[in-house]
Amino acid sequence: MKLVIINYGAGNIKSIQFAFKRLGVEAVLTNNIDEIKAADKVIFPGVGEASSAMRMLQESGLDKVIPTLTQPVLGICLGMQLMCNSSEEGNTKGLGIFNVDVKRFSNQVKVPQMGWNVIADLKSDLFKDIKEKEFMYLVHSYYAPTCNEMIAKTDYEVEYASALQKDNFYGVQFHPEKSGIKGSKILENFLKLKTNN
Amino acid sequence: MLTKRIVPCLDIKNGRTVKGVNFVNLIDAGDPVVLAKQYADLGADELVFLDIAATLENRGTTLDMVLKVAKQVNIPFTVGGGISSVEHVDALLKCGADKVSINSSAVKRPDLINELSQKFGSQCVVVAIDAKQIDGEWFVHLAGGTIPTDIKLFEWAKEVEERGAGEILFTSMNHDGTKAGFANKALAYLSDLVNIPIIASGGAGNVQHFIDTFTLGKSDAALAASVFHFGEIPILELKQKLKENNIPVRI
Repeated sequence: MKLVIINYGAGNIKSIQFAFKRLGVEAVLTNNIDEIKAADKVIFPGVGEASSAMRMLQESGLDKVIPTLTQPVLGICLGMQLMCNSSEEGNTKGLGIFNVDVKRFSNQVKVPQMGWNVIADLKSDLFKDIKEKEFMYLVHSYYAPTCNEMIAKTDYEVEYASALQKDNFYGVQFHPEKSGIKGSKILENFLKLKTNN
Repeated sequence: MLTKRIVPCLDIKNGRTVKGVNFVNLIDAGDPVVLAKQYADLGADELVFLDIAATLENRGTTLDMVLKVAKQVNIPFTVGGGISSVEHVDALLKCGADKVSINSSAVKRPDLINELSQKFGSQCVVVAIDAKQIDGEWFVHLAGGTIPTDIKLFEWAKEVEERGAGEILFTSMNHDGTKAGFANKALAYLSDLVNIPIIASGGAGNVQHFIDTFTLGKSDAALAASVFHFGEIPILELKQKLKENNIPVRI
């Protein structure tokens, strides 16, 4: 199986690569469009600021490619947020895969949310053998509100979508690669998803 | 509900773990990679590695250690000690560190906080503040607490937040190494003053101290070293006690 991690200059992708390596899978880091299209599974990572990450995607043409992918794609953290319609962070347009607009937490809570919180109302094969209210590690200041494409929710000031799915596109706000053995299980589940939807 | 974090700190010197009592009399407590993996398995929520003897010459040794830890550990970890440039942070993050902690270098050149948060995001910028209470007033200290400044703790904390820090790691020099509890009054004041998470450090000696810092001290996370390294407080037992006291924790 060919697994690629889209390498467009954003964030800590080594951790994701190592997490798959612990599962026995070598993930290839690439920004090559043909290589990404040809992969069986695609990881779309992202840590940092939304509008500058979006610019990097536009410069490499990846903003046009990602929404046309047909194999399972997993956006992680900012990757998930960039798959939404827009983000309040830097007032940027997103890839428009998930029909939801990313907002900032208010100052009623500490921002960023940093640490372990639970995911609930789990609704996807991505969460096979993951129990309700399992703990995941999150670090973020912006969130996707609850919406039709929500497959997991988390509570921090408001209930929001901590995972999204539309067709072959999956997004998780938490960091499965940093969420212990349960996070690792989610990555394993992603690897087991059928390749042709 | 977001849980309170338990953070073992591993002081690193030449690639080995050490813990100072009041920052002197270092005692060796093991191999950092082995310890880190063990802590992840025992229920630590994240880890901090502090290179207490960082120099330009041994930077490669530390990067190598970070890479080894990232390969084996599946919880987040922060690296601190001797970090003063964007390039250095870039190298650490590329080796798999999740966050970096800066201290003296931020005091000497506060723009570093802005540069790091703009380039890598606030979420990976921890500003560590060592402070000592002198005649009722808290003053920031540098170089592992050895050099006093006239900078006031609370003013500095506000400034680092405004400059883009994602988290503050506050160590009370009055409490560090004493095992007599955290500086909860100052911690609670800090927590109300800024809107970013606060990690309490310095003074952990028993379970009650952790309960106190999460309630009275309003801390978001608590860091300790020797009580964990020498098995005085097993992390799982600590978390069970916290849970019994209605403090949200991940078990």
